[in-house]
Amino acid sequence: MSLVFDNFDLYLRAFGYTFFLFLVSGVLSLVFGTILVAMRVGPIAVLRKAGATYVSLVRNTPLVIVFATFSFLAPVLGINFGWLDIHIGEFDFTAFFGAAVASLTIYTSSFVCEALRAGINAVPLGQAEAARAVGLPFTGVMSQVVLPQAFRASVPPLASVQIALIKNTSVAAVFGVAEATAQMRAFTNDDPTQRTGIFIMFAIGYIVIVEGFSFLSHRLERHWAVAR
Amino acid sequence: MSVSVLFDAPGPRTVARHRIYTVIAGLAVLAALGWVVWKLYDNGQFEGDKWEVFVTADYVSVILQGLLDTVKMAFIAILGAVVLGFFLGVGKLSEHRWVRWPAWTFVEFFRAIPVLLLMVFIWYGLGIENNSSSFWGVVIALTLYNGSVLAEVLRAGVNAVPRGQAEAAYAIGLRKTQVMNLVLMPQAVKIMLPAIISQCVVALKDTALGVYILSPGLTKVYKQIYLEFDNRIPTMFVIAGLYITLNLILTMLATWAQKKLVGEKKPLEISMVGLTDADTGATRGGGL
Repeated sequence: MSLVFDNFDLYLRAFGYTFFLFLVSGVLSLVFGTILVAMRVGPIAVLRKAGATYVSLVRNTPLVIVFATFSFLAPVLGINFGWLDIHIGEFDFTAFFGAAVASLTIYTSSFVCEALRAGINAVPLGQAEAARAVGLPFTGVMSQVVLPQAFRASVPPLASVQIALIKNTSVAAVFGVAEATAQMRAFTNDDPTQRTGIFIMFAIGYIVIVEGFSFLSHRLERHWAVAR
Repeated sequence: MSVSVLFDAPGPRTVARHRIYTVIAGLAVLAALGWVVWKLYDNGQFEGDKWEVFVTADYVSVILQGLLDTVKMAFIAILGAVVLGFFLGVGKLSEHRWVRWPAWTFVEFFRAIPVLLLMVFIWYGLGIENNSSSFWGVVIALTLYNGSVLAEVLRAGVNAVPRGQAEAAYAIGLRKTQVMNLVLMPQAVKIMLPAIISQCVVALKDTALGVYILSPGLTKVYKQIYLEFDNRIPTMFVIAGLYITLNLILTMLATWAQKKLVGEKKPLEISMVGLTDADTGATRGGGL
């Protein structure tokens, strides 16, 4: 454990990367997940099929394989993150970080899509029918009646998806991002006799992020909860 | 589009408009797919010698061996997880605080940390120079993680059995263990089975993480193959295809079990990390 305390700056920086990975891919996955769900529940059959295929393919692929496929495929398709070279304080966001964010986003947005769809399915049909019956136009039905309820119903599954994302950022370690799990392996490699202490320190780091997020989302959920 | 909460049944003008959108969307999807295929073709990814290895008997047997290792890891881990999950789940339901609290702490701890972190720790714990340690590192880490998730599944499953069942069982004089084993558990297992099968998908997917600790399995095989034949992308497609096929079969099994055993009721909802029992009961129990 002393190894961690002696190099506490490395420990904090590693969790900084974990946190930034989570933050950026969390926001991006919400955006892409929303686009996907719009395709999946929209009136156009082709897009519905395309969305469903994407979701079932990505959801059933291990995240490591998504990372690998992306990092092998992207250069062939002319996508690369060579331009990404941002330095903020002690953090360097380079091509590895970009590829990790892209892979995490590809993977997580399919789960976000399913969470949002579950929320839409949770709205009883009668709600929309009643809204149409009182003469609301399409936009009114959506913005006043259906979407507010759907959004609230999808907060708990969305929170679960984002918590899974926090833990999934660890896979970036396999692909060269110096985030917490990679740092933990490096520390353990330096001094295997301290492995239990090192493991506990890093476990605590993850637990703090996960429980902190869980606490926030739970408060939101309470705040927005509707009586049914 | 029969009934949807989002849209009214479309009239003739909307149907015509949708037809135009369908054509445009279809063309866009085809164009995107075509572009990817063309780029890959242009790059020479569809040349025969990059794919030949997958129809060569010797290498097919190597891939199948990798598949077997992967399935073996997932299978042992799930078996272990079911046993562990049973004890932890029953522990979490216990009336004794000194049983409930350790079980709760154990479950929450292993659900909140990444499996990969656990794998690395166990790998070093078993000794990294040891050949079998990476195999068992994956298996033990997945057992601990999935066992903790299944404990939560079991708790939710037992709580989903109508309360009258336990009350009636107590009323005819059964003991606590008898109520659990004879009355609650058989009914809970039926409700839980789809969730358990879904967890198998998670375990199978997570075996791929073993690549970080050099474990056997499909992810090791893919590295061996593409290093030898320089065919990264075809290998990725084949390996991903194997995983997707296995997982789709499991998912279909879970859907079938859901229909057969649980019927039209909603699947179990498992609370996320960090909520106390009282909280989940308050926000989720009522909505089901």
